[in-house]
Amino acid sequence: MNEFASQHPILVVALPKIVVLLLVLLTSLAYLTWFERKVVAHIQSRWGPYRVGPHGLLQPLADGVKFLFKEDVTPAGADKFVYFLAPFLSLSLAITSIAVIPFGPKEFTVFGQPTPLAITNLNIGLLVLFAITSMGVYGVALAGWSSNSKYPLLGGLRSSAQMISYELALTMSVVGVILMAGTFNLSEIVMSQQGFHWGFLPRWNLIGGPMPQLLGFLLFFTAAVAETNRAPFDLAEAESELVAGFHTEYASFKFAMFFMAEYSSMITVSCLATILFFGGWLSPFPQTAAFAWAHYIPAAAFALAGLALIFYGIRYLTMFGRVVLPVLGVVLGALALLFIRPGVTEFVQGPFWFLLKVVFFLFVYVWVRGTLPRLRYDQLMGFGWKLLLPLSILNVVITSLAIVLTQR
Amino acid sequence: MLDQIVFYFFAVLAVISAVMVVTRRNVVQSAIFLITALLATAGIFLQLHAEFLFIVQVILYAGGIMVLFVFVIMLVSLDVSLNQVQFNRQWWLGLLLALVLGAQLTIAVAVGRAGLPLGEPAPAKMLEPSTQLVGRVLFSEYVLPFEIASILLLVAMIGAVVMAKKKI
Repeated sequence: MNEFASQHPILVVALPKIVVLLLVLLTSLAYLTWFERKVVAHIQSRWGPYRVGPHGLLQPLADGVKFLFKEDVTPAGADKFVYFLAPFLSLSLAITSIAVIPFGPKEFTVFGQPTPLAITNLNIGLLVLFAITSMGVYGVALAGWSSNSKYPLLGGLRSSAQMISYELALTMSVVGVILMAGTFNLSEIVMSQQGFHWGFLPRWNLIGGPMPQLLGFLLFFTAAVAETNRAPFDLAEAESELVAGFHTEYASFKFAMFFMAEYSSMITVSCLATILFFGGWLSPFPQTAAFAWAHYIPAAAFALAGLALIFYGIRYLTMFGRVVLPVLGVVLGALALLFIRPGVTEFVQGPFWFLLKVVFFLFVYVWVRGTLPRLRYDQLMGFGWKLLLPLSILNVVITSLAIVLTQR
Repeated sequence: MLDQIVFYFFAVLAVISAVMVVTRRNVVQSAIFLITALLATAGIFLQLHAEFLFIVQVILYAGGIMVLFVFVIMLVSLDVSLNQVQFNRQWWLGLLLALVLGAQLTIAVAVGRAGLPLGEPAPAKMLEPSTQLVGRVLFSEYVLPFEIASILLLVAMIGAVVMAKKKI
């Protein structure tokens, strides 16, 4: 088997990695919808999904089945080829971008073949992500055009104009980080953020380096929310004016594909924010003897969550919940036990901190949606061109000045 | 072997979609095929390990310029273009000339193949990361042409704004 693996690394190592990551990604997309509905509901003093499974945990499954069995109508006069192409383009591009995201520092071996904790580690990883983002406009624009209907056309025009405008600010806002790291390789960008101020404050790009990128981060996240067409910049689907924007005429699974694309780009943007500004997989605690306990945080977090689930679950409303929730709790507890084993502890550090930060940014996404009202269209364009873009250029100038001055 | 398969895949894709660009009646479909042709060319760049050229091709042409094309086409009524004559009456003459030129080039390459300087390709691992290399050369050796080009672009941009806006 080892010999076979060394001859066909693509077949034995890359392909299983892609399949596993794809399954994980699609599952997390489904549960991201649940997460968003729950968080927005609690922000608005509601319960959110509650009926299907305990706390609506099976709601994504029900939604998926419903999407699959709905009638798939194609509007009369639609350009069939382009109408089918648009959702596929959106979803495949959005999912592809996860391929360059590194999840941890450690390499693991599959049948004697060492391989990084990412599908691929490209020297131009960041540029590839921007290329995919810029191609993402087509899905929206073509969907709007090919539907042969007024609302989708206006929605498609709006959002493609918006995406083109905010792409500039998005790209310019990360130039500061690229200047400080000196590379487009995402793993190397993370590695450049190692070290601590005064022994405890991590030197992540947000607060470290020659020029802290706080401004860069704010610009990046604002532009990224607009780029992914999310509230408060979701003018493409302003219900009060445009029904549902570019996907008004889409039904059934093609509609679901647009939604999956949107959530997938949310995940990509959160990963990117983590990598570029928040030290990626780096732990916020120094690797010194005084902080040795920090190694057991993943295990402790899982154990606590598992215990809470068991104690809460056995008193749950329905019989089904009384079975499922404690079982979930036991699974989490078992994972916690696994995490304190010597080899595993080191391995889970990277992915644990990475995913924690990503979940935080996903929460911020939903939080913003639950808090801020939608902008008006001219405000949106003015905001992008007259505020974000000049500020991001200013950030580039200041950062390069700081680098030149400190390197002398 | 794999390299050749990849090259021929992208080459054939580029040529077929280039033909489709001029033969489609629907302008949006033409634009989509033009995007495909550009992406196929980008694929050939990548196969030659020119990472930076590949990514610039995708970001600028496929992701930037073509988006503006599609944007404008979406606003244009397609019914007019559907009823117009697609080619002028001398299309067969153009085809003939193109075929003659193609045949000449093929014969020239086939005959003079021995004299062509075909160096051995460097192994992929030996190449320096091309992005850094391009950046370094652009900002050291060719910094003056680079800056002149950027000023030219700036002038064109300001000119476009001045011409498009009624009141400044």
